[in-house]
Amino acid sequence: MAIRDETRMLLESMTRLFQDHCTKQVADAAETGVFPRSLWDAVAETGVPLAALPESAGGADAEWSDLYAALRVAARFSAPIPLAETMLAGWAAASCGLETSDGPMTVGPVRTADKLTLERDGNGWRLAGVATRIPYASFASRTVLIADGPDGEMAVAFDGTGGAELTPGRNIANESRDTLTFNNIRLSADQAAPVKSGVSRAALYRRGALARATMMSGALEKAMDLAVNYAQDRQQFGRPISKFQAVQQNLAVLAGQTAAAVAAANLGIQALSDADPEREQFFIAVAKTRVGEAATLACEIAHQVHGAIGFTKEYALQLSTRRLWSWREEFGGDPEWAARVGAYACMRGEADLWPMLTDR
Amino acid sequence: MVTPTFRFDPVEIPPEAEELRKEVRAFIKEHEHLMGFSRSSFNRDFSRAMGKKGWIGMTWPKQYGGHERTSFERYVMIEEMLVAGAPLSAHYTGDRQSGPNLLRFGTEEQKNDFLPRIAAGELTFCIGMSEPNSGSDLAGTRTRAVKVDGGYKINGTKLWTSNAHRADYAILFCKMSGKGEEEPDRHAGATQFLLDLKLPGIDIRPVINLLGEHHFNEIFLTDVFVPDDRLLGKEGNGWNQVTSELSFERSAPDRFLVLFQMLREMIRMAGPEPDKATAAALGKLISQLATLRSMSISIAGMLQEGLNPNNEAAVVKDLGTRYEQDIPVVARQLFPTEPELEAIDLYTSMIARSTMNAPRFSIQGGTREILRGIIARGLGLR
Repeated sequence: MAIRDETRMLLESMTRLFQDHCTKQVADAAETGVFPRSLWDAVAETGVPLAALPESAGGADAEWSDLYAALRVAARFSAPIPLAETMLAGWAAASCGLETSDGPMTVGPVRTADKLTLERDGNGWRLAGVATRIPYASFASRTVLIADGPDGEMAVAFDGTGGAELTPGRNIANESRDTLTFNNIRLSADQAAPVKSGVSRAALYRRGALARATMMSGALEKAMDLAVNYAQDRQQFGRPISKFQAVQQNLAVLAGQTAAAVAAANLGIQALSDADPEREQFFIAVAKTRVGEAATLACEIAHQVHGAIGFTKEYALQLSTRRLWSWREEFGGDPEWAARVGAYACMRGEADLWPMLTDR
Repeated sequence: MVTPTFRFDPVEIPPEAEELRKEVRAFIKEHEHLMGFSRSSFNRDFSRAMGKKGWIGMTWPKQYGGHERTSFERYVMIEEMLVAGAPLSAHYTGDRQSGPNLLRFGTEEQKNDFLPRIAAGELTFCIGMSEPNSGSDLAGTRTRAVKVDGGYKINGTKLWTSNAHRADYAILFCKMSGKGEEEPDRHAGATQFLLDLKLPGIDIRPVINLLGEHHFNEIFLTDVFVPDDRLLGKEGNGWNQVTSELSFERSAPDRFLVLFQMLREMIRMAGPEPDKATAAALGKLISQLATLRSMSISIAGMLQEGLNPNNEAAVVKDLGTRYEQDIPVVARQLFPTEPELEAIDLYTSMIARSTMNAPRFSIQGGTREILRGIIARGLGLR
């Protein structure tokens, strides 16, 4: 009823693709700083990274809900590629009439405190400021940023990192998170455009937060899968540890948190296609808040069930949990988003609390 | 992946069910003087008024007094009532589980006799499961039925029976004498009866709860004669039936909306511009609530499709009771007060009531441990 056949088929084909191309070896190798080119090429081949764009811009007019669902699948496999970033970069650039790229793209700023300014320079522009922890900037074939222009927000897009000074960095899953410093970099007129069609810094931040929440729901599904299977395989005291009630009760909590994370991410995704921007903001904030809470509880249990083996580099659990601990904080952690949910509810007042949750 | 995952599809409430929401809200406004802090209030007049509206037995067939409406419409009606604190107690058990159980296992005569009266808000049911020595271990029931001429003679004791002192009927869970005494066949002989609580041999005594209130009871059954036509379903099929009844009980949204008014009061107290820590604490609760609600709507969708969301219902109840137990904990941290039941200040009386009520949330309708056991079974661990 709720999941369309097209979506199901897309998810099945994405699952097969990642099964074939995103092995633990690929994820391990990516942590040494090697971009998994063949994985990226296989994903790009499907057209999914740019599928949300209109057909005129090389996309497929796909539903965002399908793309987010694809992100969830990619995250189950800990895919070390900027799939979410490329989707968002494509959306931001194409919506504002800027060029996109077939290669991996990145997008920013990803932090509210960062400031980028764009000033006129003859026909073109000069870009100044710092964009910290831009995902996969080192490997991006194109970068799309939102900067403050003289008359409001502007989208800028350039190949590579456009002459920025790049300081490499990484999150605790060893995914590249690089800082770009723009020292009055000159851009041509066609590399910048006023934002439109719903693109804004705030909208980018929200969609980024929702992407992370959705990816976290996929990583949680993987962690749960590993924990449940491990508990059934691992023998202690002469039987599988899954036969112990204490372990069963923990796994039940893990399953509940995972289910809640998936449901919360879906709430945000549902609101994304909503006409009401306040609803979108509210439910995305709800999603990042609830998924963050789930991740904290679930990682603890997944590791507890695994015992020492889960703490090793060799065993795959850490591919999921290190991502969860990283993504939990990216595009704002759950305390920040919870404060937004609470502040909004309080601003609306207690009489509006129920209508906020129910009315469309 | 090989692990069975629980199904919470993103489901949206269809527009016709949303239409009903307006009607329910108008009805609540009309009866505003009857709204309270929770659904536990008992008011037969209100139940009859709801029956007239067609809001009891909403999804049941029309031939039995039902209204053949969707699970979504029922969901919308119930959540609005719960949030308003409507006095649902006189019909809630009948609507939620006794009626559906009758519909599934009752004879034509029973369905014709009982269901229209439940749907009209005329008949109050209570649950006859727990006993002094059989709580979570329902199969350990010691109440016994013996076949006699024209019916059954029943002896035993039921405990923690909410509303027994005001109800007309209980669905009694027991075993046939001499059956199901030992493993591996402890479910053998389990049987359910439609028990008229006015029958001779029934003695109902109050058990006062820690709030000093009389909600639950102990029911003593001494040689109670129940006629053949009040056997529910089949003799010996009681385990299957009671499991089904429990899944009806657990899939209702009342496991996370009981303290909604307290959350609302906390938002009022925080004011329009709370500090960040207060906003975050409230935002976390609201995010939990929004998520629980969406999961519950998914369950309504599964019910509408005729699926059995038993595992999903256990997940929602487990998460929902945790959330509800957190509300008074967060409240006392944000807005400290010395709890007092009779306080004139609404919040102070709410925190008193919710703090004292909190323990029961994760006990009634299946303890937290039992629910997690169900979830673990759903994961293939048991």
